[in-house]
Amino acid sequence: MLTITDLHAEIDGKPILNGLSLTVRAGEVHAIMGPNGAGKSTLAYVLGGRPGYEVTQGRVAFAGQNLLDLEPHERAAAGLFLGFQYPVEIPGVSNVQFLREALNAQRRSRGEEPLSGGEFLRLAREKAALLNLDMEMLKRHVNVGFSGGEKKRAEMVQMGILDPRFAILDETDSGLDIDALRVVGDGINAIMRAPDKGVLLITHYQRLLDYVRPDYVHILSGGRIVKTGAADLAVRLEAEGYDGVMAEAAA
Amino acid sequence: MTESVILPTRRDEAWRYSDTDAIAGIDLGRFEHWEDVDVPAGETLRRCVIIADADGPNDATELRRLRVRVGDGARCELFVVVSSGRLGRVEVVALLGDGAHLELGGVTIGGRDTTREIVSRVAHEKPNGTSNQVVRAVHWGRGTGNFLGRIDVVSGAQKTDAAQSFRGLILERGASVNAVPQLEIFADDVKCAHGATVGQLDEQARFYMAARGLPPEVARRLLVQAFVADAFVALDNENERERLMRVVLDKLDRHL
Ligand SMILES: Nc1ncnc2c1ncn2[C@@H]1O[C@H](COP(=O)(O)OP(=O)(O)O)[C@@H](O)[C@H]1O
Ligand SMILES: [Mg+2]
Repeated sequence: MLTITDLHAEIDGKPILNGLSLTVRAGEVHAIMGPNGAGKSTLAYVLGGRPGYEVTQGRVAFAGQNLLDLEPHERAAAGLFLGFQYPVEIPGVSNVQFLREALNAQRRSRGEEPLSGGEFLRLAREKAALLNLDMEMLKRHVNVGFSGGEKKRAEMVQMGILDPRFAILDETDSGLDIDALRVVGDGINAIMRAPDKGVLLITHYQRLLDYVRPDYVHILSGGRIVKTGAADLAVRLEAEGYDGVMAEAAA
Repeated sequence: MTESVILPTRRDEAWRYSDTDAIAGIDLGRFEHWEDVDVPAGETLRRCVIIADADGPNDATELRRLRVRVGDGARCELFVVVSSGRLGRVEVVALLGDGAHLELGGVTIGGRDTTREIVSRVAHEKPNGTSNQVVRAVHWGRGTGNFLGRIDVVSGAQKTDAAQSFRGLILERGASVNAVPQLEIFADDVKCAHGATVGQLDEQARFYMAARGLPPEVARRLLVQAFVADAFVALDNENERERLMRVVLDKLDRHL
């Protein structure tokens, strides 16, 4: 459902992605691992359409559309969800207001009826409970005063409410303690494990993958996929480090 | 009698960033008119002053001048929105008694080739008075927003606590905002906090909102609403708060 072909992208004229290709079929979870600075977040932002991230070459097909032709909010309405490595604080705007407007904007663009205030709150309460997040947190301003772990759980509550077809999750596991990691892992499975959905899980560590088993693991380095394997590749990475595994890939 | 009126020029401090051409043709009786308001000792008065379009863009000059005398221990709350006129200007002079409080929350908003401004002079003439001014300016096109806020603390007015906060939001290149705080303090035991900043919409917040499916104009509306809300937090009446916010958001929806 997501096909990336020979993607090149740059920031401020500096090439970051250098010919990245990747296909995720419906029902699959792919993990992307790689050292700091490899270009993982850049890939996520390029797919999300962040201004300043310029695609210089390549194509991205998503659910039958040319993803790169769409504005960021149109990508979301098409079913793409981007879980941020650093969720953004928005003082003065409550989570409830933000998410209700976002969900209804998406629904409207798909020709669906907007949810009423009551319907929305019921949905939000259900998803907050799934992620073990106090509903009171959703009445507060978006991410303002949230701890690192709360921000990541709130991202997953947002994902639950918006119910996307495809999720790109950028280091959703960082900043989580071991209990929260399990809650978030279970949440990802509950929301995104379905035959018609797909997930791109960007992570530094193997530990999230104990909860969300990937079908494929890719190693990203220097702006390209340098190695692809099954779930056990992540275990080897943890044991041998990037240098060891990548030296073998280069050989 | 009207011949004796000398219209201000931009050399006058309080008209420094104004559109003085816009007052050239104005009815002089209206120009000279000040409304006097008295808040007796111990009482509270709230007043909302709105300069808004009746229907469609308005190229007239709209002036509102208010002189309030806040008695000992009294409280005066003024909430102002200036969203209309080629020149829209609200002037407030407040004279504060012992332990009196003045609250001023104001918003200027607009685009085209307009000037919208709030000009205040808060005079702490007795000890123990407090004042709090929060002004937000949102402009686009070639619109200008000004806040000139003067605070006078006379030599006997000890324990005065006067605060002033201004923030400007520029939505399009070409718009401008100006803040001129002016503090004349002749007492030593006083607190006077003031701050002024100017910026644009937070790009990170805009992308985050887009990534959740909000079209740019909806995201902008939410961010402007959050920005402006500071000016109305002290307004302890939800209906009134919503009425003022509606004037602000209408302007944004219909004219940006
Ligand atoms: N805004 C930016 N401006 C310039 N360079 C950037 C910017 N963001 C990221 N980079 C560079 O792009 C490269 C990849 O960064 P990033 O995608 O964040 O890596 P990762 O998420 O894998 O740690 C790094 O060399 C980084 O310095
Ligand atoms: Mg990153």
